[in-house]
Amino acid sequence: MTSMTPLLEVQSLTIRFAHSEPVRDLSFRVYPRETVALVGESGSGKSLTALALMGLLPSSARSGAASLTLAGADLRALTPRAWRRVRGREVAMVFQEPMTSLNPVLTIGRQITESLRHHEGLSASAARARAIELLDLVRIANPQRRVDDYPHRLSGGMRQRVMIAIAVACRPKLLIADEPTTALDVTIQAQVLELLDKLRRDLSMGLLLITHDLGVVGQWADRVVVMYAGAKVEEAAAETLFTGALHPYTRGLIAASPRFHRAHTYQDGKLSEIPGSIASAVGEAGCAFAPRCTHVRTECRLAPPQPIAVEAGWSVACPVALDRTEETRRVAVASF
Amino acid sequence: MSLLQVSDLHMHFHTATGVLRAVDGVSFTIERGESVGLVGESGCGKSTLGKTLLRLLDPTAGRIHFDGQAIDSLTQRAVRPFRTRMQMIFQDPFSSLNPRQTIGQILAAPLTVHGRGNKAERRRRVATMIDRVGLPTTSVGRYPHEFSGGQRQRIGIARALILDPALVICDEPVSALDLSIQAQILNLLVQMKRDLGLSYLFISHDLSVVRFFADRVLVMYLGRIVEAASGADLWRNPLHPYTRALIAAIPDPARRKHAAPLTGELPSPEDVTTGCPFHPRCPLATARCTVEAPQPQMFSPGHSVACHHADAAQPRFRKAG
Repeated sequence: MTSMTPLLEVQSLTIRFAHSEPVRDLSFRVYPRETVALVGESGSGKSLTALALMGLLPSSARSGAASLTLAGADLRALTPRAWRRVRGREVAMVFQEPMTSLNPVLTIGRQITESLRHHEGLSASAARARAIELLDLVRIANPQRRVDDYPHRLSGGMRQRVMIAIAVACRPKLLIADEPTTALDVTIQAQVLELLDKLRRDLSMGLLLITHDLGVVGQWADRVVVMYAGAKVEEAAAETLFTGALHPYTRGLIAASPRFHRAHTYQDGKLSEIPGSIASAVGEAGCAFAPRCTHVRTECRLAPPQPIAVEAGWSVACPVALDRTEETRRVAVASF
Repeated sequence: MSLLQVSDLHMHFHTATGVLRAVDGVSFTIERGESVGLVGESGCGKSTLGKTLLRLLDPTAGRIHFDGQAIDSLTQRAVRPFRTRMQMIFQDPFSSLNPRQTIGQILAAPLTVHGRGNKAERRRRVATMIDRVGLPTTSVGRYPHEFSGGQRQRIGIARALILDPALVICDEPVSALDLSIQAQILNLLVQMKRDLGLSYLFISHDLSVVRFFADRVLVMYLGRIVEAASGADLWRNPLHPYTRALIAAIPDPARRKHAAPLTGELPSPEDVTTGCPFHPRCPLATARCTVEAPQPQMFSPGHSVACHHADAAQPRFRKAG
């Protein structure tokens, strides 16, 4: 996979506001037809990263990157006008809240066709026919009838399907899904994730899945980027993450989440905790996780640790974790 | 005698389009020191059930016995003494705390309302509670916005426990919290149960959390309890097709990229279906299921299920583990 040209290349992305730096020196790649999960809790910077990739950062934000390349095109210098040609066609996004992301006074057909008519200059009737096809693609029953419905007539799961139809209308190369199932019921969650995965395959998209749900990551992602307080702490194949995660934060998260298939109950003992909260990262000169870390050393507080390659496709920003691992296979300081 | 005994409870609402049967004939018990999980998807009536038990809503029909006494038809005034013994913890710790009150005032309010102790005693009780839920002593003079989500939920827990209740109804107490904080709060709830001998009704849509937390589990679908069993029994041997679908929908890292197990959407509780409420989505449904609503039946001691086909499904799913 590494021999391929990445679809998305993010190198040293930093996002700043007047008094904070919610994303720091973040690097990762998404290869064609790959699902990469961006994992982290609130305040980790994962949603801002998504907005940066869509050119939708608030005007008060300043961002910089060594590289921000999508399908060979440099996203850094795009004017707002140029972004409009990229957004929807090259990269599109599905948001968490299908209730608030749809316009309540427009029919869903109109909302799906908006981007089609803008990007592809389709006539009204051709756009409508395409909207019906798209509703069918996201498996909404009776698309001919639904196309004229208003959002309030649809359930949460159906609204999320409409959001997905809008996002894939112009066949983007990269689809970003920001917590796409968090607001949905369990049985509907599984349907929506399955749909996203099917569309990824059928439309040959890269999928950047932003989530805090480790179960979702384990089942649906190829690779995982774990973020903490704006920085990448670990990156690995999804299978590796659950068996061999190295970073104390990643390990802590996995241990702290009650996982159904582990069949651990309170009678068996406490859940393992990560003490403190992410708020402690504010003003930390060294590793942002240091105030909560049980393995912290004095040098951790001096400077933010850089990602160190463990093996191909696996890096961890924690020298202590690597020291602690006996069979450390330190290859080289990661170039990204 | 059970701490809580609920028999054939109904909570119906009259809406513009008809009758919404949010709770539609529910029976169960909660024993002392027991933690009972109530599982279901949004709109299944689980939060309404919780509120009805606390008599925040007046039930349409059915009985609620708390500690042997019927509380279902008491006046609001007469039910007040019972409120001190049944408390609630809410999902969103922020919107359930008054932003203009200090933590000290928030925690002292229940004591004042129920006339507990004098001012000095109340202050001591508040300080003890703050310490007990793991908040810094200095919290007493601070306001809710000064606390993180996890700390706010600790405040919510302290408020629920300050009157020394016997039963606490927890409505999605950790679903708004970040993963690293969830474990802290779940451990705290377990600790409180051990220290104070509490019983819990733990309402959640998250089966992983319920599996960790509950001794016994009730599975609710469209206002009815479709399956009830001890956790150990239910997770090993789920009988109702809906329970099995819920379990199959849990993302499992060991089962990479598997298709969705259940098709169709949760119908609105206003859409009256005859027969079994689950039949439009059920893979086992037959003609009988469309006309005859299945009644809960004891399948084995302590394990009841409301499904005409639980028997037929049994061998196939026993090995599912």
